[in-house]
Amino acid sequence: MIHSLFLINCSGDIFLEKHWKSVVSQSVCDYFFEAQEKAADVENVPPVISTPHHYLISIYRDKLFFVSVIQTEVPPLFVIEFLHRVADTFQDYFGECSEAAIKDNVVIVYELLEEMLDNGFPLATESNILKELIKPPTILRSVVNSITGSSNVGDTLPTGQLSNIPWRRAGVKYTNNEAYFDVVEEIDAIIDKSGSTVFAEIQGVIDACIKLSGMPDLSLSFMNPRLLDDVSFHPCIRFKRWESERVLSFIPPDGNFRLISYRVSSQNLVAIPVYVKHCISFKENSSCGRFDITIGPKQNMGKTIEGITVTVHMPKVVLNMNLTPTQGSYTFDPVTKVLTWDVGKITPQKLPSLKGLVNLQSGAPKPEENPSLNIQFKIQQLAISGLKVNRLDMYGEKYKPFKGVKYVTKAGKFQLGRFGR
Amino acid sequence: MSSNSFAYSEQSGGGEATELGQEATSTISPSGAFGLFSSDLKKNEDLKQMLESNKDSAKLDAMKRIVGMIAKGKNASELFPAVVKNVASKNIEIKKLVYVYLVRYAEEQQDLALLSISTFQRALKDSNQLIRASALRVLSSIRVPIIVPIMMLAIKEASADLSPYVRKNAAHAIQKLYSLDPEQKEMLIEVIEKLLKDKSTLVAGSVVMAFEEVCPDRIDLIHKNYRKLCNLLVDVEEWGQVVIIHMLTRYARTQFLSPWKEEDGLEDDEKNFYDSDDEQKEKTDKTKKSYTMDPDHRLLIRNTKPLLQSRNAAVVMAVAQLYWHISPKSEVGIISKSLVRLLRSNREVQYIVLQNIATMSIQRKGMFEPYLKSFYVRSTDPTMIKTLKLEILTNLANEANISTLLREFQTYVKSQDKEFAAATIQAIGRCATNISEVTDTCLNGLVCLLSNRDEIVVAESVVVIKKLLQMQPAQHGEIIKHMAKLLDSITIPVARASILWLIGENCERVPKIAPDVLRKMAKGFTSEDDLVKLQILNLGAKLYLTNSKQTKLLTQYILNLGKYDQNYDIRDRTRFIRQLIVPNEKSGALSKYAKKIFLAQKPAPLLESPFKDRDHFQLGTLSHTLNTKAAGYLELSNWPEVAPDPSVRNVEVIELAKEWTPAGKAKKENPAQKFYSESEEEEDSSDSSSDSDSDSGSASGEQDEQGGSSEDSSEDSSSEPQSDSESASEVGDKRAAKRNSKSKWKRDSEDGENENEKSRTSDSSSADSSSVEESSSDSESESESESESESRKVTKEKEKKTKQDINPLTKDVSLLDLDDFNPVSTPVALPTPAFSPSLIADLEGLNLSTTSSVISVSTPVFVPVKTHVLLHRMSGKGLAAHYFFPRQPCIFGDKMVSIQVTLNNTTDRKIENIHIGGKKLPIGMQMHVFNPIESLEPEGSITVSVGIDFCDSTQTASFQLCTKDDCFNVSIQPPVGELLLPVAMSEKDFKKEQGRP
Repeated sequence: MIHSLFLINCSGDIFLEKHWKSVVSQSVCDYFFEAQEKAADVENVPPVISTPHHYLISIYRDKLFFVSVIQTEVPPLFVIEFLHRVADTFQDYFGECSEAAIKDNVVIVYELLEEMLDNGFPLATESNILKELIKPPTILRSVVNSITGSSNVGDTLPTGQLSNIPWRRAGVKYTNNEAYFDVVEEIDAIIDKSGSTVFAEIQGVIDACIKLSGMPDLSLSFMNPRLLDDVSFHPCIRFKRWESERVLSFIPPDGNFRLISYRVSSQNLVAIPVYVKHCISFKENSSCGRFDITIGPKQNMGKTIEGITVTVHMPKVVLNMNLTPTQGSYTFDPVTKVLTWDVGKITPQKLPSLKGLVNLQSGAPKPEENPSLNIQFKIQQLAISGLKVNRLDMYGEKYKPFKGVKYVTKAGKFQLGRFGR
Repeated sequence: MSSNSFAYSEQSGGGEATELGQEATSTISPSGAFGLFSSDLKKNEDLKQMLESNKDSAKLDAMKRIVGMIAKGKNASELFPAVVKNVASKNIEIKKLVYVYLVRYAEEQQDLALLSISTFQRALKDSNQLIRASALRVLSSIRVPIIVPIMMLAIKEASADLSPYVRKNAAHAIQKLYSLDPEQKEMLIEVIEKLLKDKSTLVAGSVVMAFEEVCPDRIDLIHKNYRKLCNLLVDVEEWGQVVIIHMLTRYARTQFLSPWKEEDGLEDDEKNFYDSDDEQKEKTDKTKKSYTMDPDHRLLIRNTKPLLQSRNAAVVMAVAQLYWHISPKSEVGIISKSLVRLLRSNREVQYIVLQNIATMSIQRKGMFEPYLKSFYVRSTDPTMIKTLKLEILTNLANEANISTLLREFQTYVKSQDKEFAAATIQAIGRCATNISEVTDTCLNGLVCLLSNRDEIVVAESVVVIKKLLQMQPAQHGEIIKHMAKLLDSITIPVARASILWLIGENCERVPKIAPDVLRKMAKGFTSEDDLVKLQILNLGAKLYLTNSKQTKLLTQYILNLGKYDQNYDIRDRTRFIRQLIVPNEKSGALSKYAKKIFLAQKPAPLLESPFKDRDHFQLGTLSHTLNTKAAGYLELSNWPEVAPDPSVRNVEVIELAKEWTPAGKAKKENPAQKFYSESEEEEDSSDSSSDSDSDSGSASGEQDEQGGSSEDSSEDSSSEPQSDSESASEVGDKRAAKRNSKSKWKRDSEDGENENEKSRTSDSSSADSSSVEESSSDSESESESESESESRKVTKEKEKKTKQDINPLTKDVSLLDLDDFNPVSTPVALPTPAFSPSLIADLEGLNLSTTSSVISVSTPVFVPVKTHVLLHRMSGKGLAAHYFFPRQPCIFGDKMVSIQVTLNNTTDRKIENIHIGGKKLPIGMQMHVFNPIESLEPEGSITVSVGIDFCDSTQTASFQLCTKDDCFNVSIQPPVGELLLPVAMSEKDFKKEQGRP
């Protein structure tokens, strides 16, 4: 399936290559560079490229391209999903998936890639198994290793690999047994200039951090499970229980993992917690324009909205912007024409606003459209869909775990204004 | 080993020194180290020394640096002899790194690589399964032809290993050996055959992968393992699932009969878009003979369904394509929700998924129409995603949503991304041609765009308008005049060429303007683009033919210019035109027809989706994405005309499969329970479920309550379903009330049971039902948790007991039980009302029974007498059926719409046993059938009532109307108005209801 993998940084250097079958020359990447050049924007590089002898399937993650070389028919999503899993694993092991981190840990990276694929077919991709085979680097371990000469490679087959629950390692022990769940909901919305919602839906995930000894069997129930319209599960969840009782029953992996992701159907009205009034106007025959944005809370359920950031992609003819924010700070990048306003939190007494002048290239025609705004925000202790965890029960182990649930609502792909107007 | 001692004797002193030197750099990071030495040969000498030292730490450092070199793509092959000596190192990390090195360079240094073989052979016998497995992995990865026999032997041995992990590696090794030496194919197939029988989930994915690569055509190897693979599927790791699902899709297409034929008739609304009517009739007529789905076919469809919920996009896509290619058309709908979910994923996944949706949406608009808004474009999407979404939106456009879409498109035209704006204009053009209602609106809109500031937008509009006008030869003189003016300002060649062509074609409609345009063009001929020049020549020729008085000289001037043009195409064209239109002595017979040639009616261009031709590729494949056949692509075969012998799949002891063979007679009991028990029988860890499992949510205990509540509410004539919030005491009351109507219901439910009996094998989801109630009772969850803790055998026994326990009870209090099942468990894709009662209950925990009491159903003021044809007597072999909506509260359940069906016998003989057969209802919909009619006399007619819960949607309920000998596919689609219930309500109550969140 997957023949080779090349890691390429933004400036086009191939800084790592790995082959699972016969060696494929680096020159195959030239086709990729060609496509990259044609695409102008990294986002637009086609994920699947056909070359005379190979097919290149690539992903773009954290400013790196993962380019895999394929020789025969394979479902492209299979490769894409796997490459993302590789990137996730790097992230998990090194804390970040960057060129520097990969170069610093090139041996571990190689060992990981060796374990993850055999002859191009995925072998072990569960983080719990990999961590038993190859220990993640820590400062303590590297010191210990250099003194004792022990290695960070496991010499027995991880038990998980053979069991029915490959995601959990055996013999987990903690002194403090804890289980935390983060319910994170993101509002995806398109709101037009008049403030009416064109499209809105809630995408949620439940991320878990489970540090429980032994083989706990957990079941998590909700007050209102029917809210969840479409759910995708971590393999540990017993599908049947969910189908019949709407209870999440599972033996969790050890550590951090995404338990479920779900969608709350757009048919249920989605509360939009903020409104933005914006007016960007350009005068005819003048190299000046006015710019005015105000943000206010809407249906925020009595919670504070914080971490607000507004980004605006200004038209190409904009040279510079002279603005005064009533709170927070703003930056305008004259190269990418991106205006970023870091607002902070909203205090209802005094609504934050950003006003000022826009300087245009002289002589250029007035830009036709108003740019659309993208907004980021965060509301702590609130799941905007109203989803509530009812209880968490543990079976199979004797101790009493410490349990916690946290709710956060964020803006997902939250866009105001539609390509102008 | 010997090499170590050798190194010790010779190099001990020197080794020590270099080691100290290297320690400092290498412990910090290997990358720092390999940065230092580029291709310096001397440094490689260092590495050799380190490798030959007797200290593991030095060797490890050396190996790490070498791996760093390999990773960088630097040549480290000259170190081969030094490295290979360490293959037997005791230190597992050194060993692993040596393996990495070996696999990389063995092909280049075959002779030296042989030195390591004996080590692997020894390791293959190690007691540690990890070591055995990794030895096999490396041995098989060394691409040295000489060791093929050794590899073969190793694979054979490993395939019988006790550890499934080793067997998995053996499966991987098969492919490696095959690619090294295809001659071994026969022997390898034997191993594959053996491994296919393996019961471990670990092995399944890998061996199927090997099968796909080595012998994808040996479908016969799958037969005996088919059911096992289907049943193991949920427990196989995700990557294996993808491979197995793709393989089984191909398998199903060769082994089962097409489930589509019978659907063709049902799916009128869907199919009309691309199938002509008569074609359809032909098909249905031909295949009228009843079709029953092979239980194995059903098994596959059923067992893959839970995987739609996988976190892995590849698995979801694999299941989606399986449904698309092998499931009955009425069931494909469930995949759309999952595919739409994937659109939240990263851009690469979006790209592939959108491509597949684009292909699907051409054939079946209905599937994705409810998710129209999910395809709305965001300004932050990359262009490739934007254009794909646009493509899908265009495919989904129909009369109903076109106005919304056009408004949406209007905003896209303003996008700063000009490439996308241009694509939008193309899309508008396509909508205009596909939907005749909006052609004029679109045309007007496009004309408005002609005054757009942006030239690309204008140019694209011109091109699209040209195509539209070509399709409508009607009078559009104004637009042409307007466009002629544009010639002064617009510079983009394609647009100029389009305008000129348009004027040329319509030169007789704009007799004043055309010659003037030609004059202007002649002036600037030399500075035009080649494309434009060609069109100027054409325009000249056409005018010369129609209006030679005014344009003769002009045309000749242009022809002269063209004669000396730099571009030979233009010179050619000029010569050609001159010969054709200018009469001279040499001109042949053709010039007589010049006018006909130039001004012939040109066929309008067909604006269609670029995804139109992709459907012959299996969805989700690389070939589909590239739209060319990729190497190793395996065609999906067409359905066989006659099903191959299904008994080839029979295996002696397979409990699960037995359940699904049509001969399974052990199912006289409550079907709901039986479904339930089946899901129990599956392994505890397997969370597998499917249609039938989800139906099983309504174990009989629960049905007491459901039956009761539905009964009660229909008596109350309440329009509000009562669900969660019901208290036990209420239920008790209703049970009492229920008994009264017992006798009336008894027959119904028994029939329902029989019905289920028959239909289950063909469609397990079609359990009869009459009520949509969402509740789960204690008795159900108890029995479940109890039985879950038991072993399988015990479960079975227990079940029998529970059955006996529950059955009398059910008979006593509830007779609706068989007809009810819990719809909660099936996530519904249908548009639900914004204030779904269950949601409110969830949010507020209100007891709805108080609110519902204020709502009372009033009698309808007007009941239309119009009847609709359900089954025409011609197509029903003399049985005719009509239905109408009496607008009465349905007696079968408060969410159901009652429908009166009148059956007529127009033949001259009795029609016997008229009943409703298999139902193909969209998810969530339920239907209460009428009692079978034993016989209908000739010319006789009988009216029966049926209840259907349409889930507040206008989706079509399809089912079979069966007689003793025949089955007819019929369907009912309710008009929106019939779904409402007239309710009398005081103003105060109305406001209160309205004010609810």
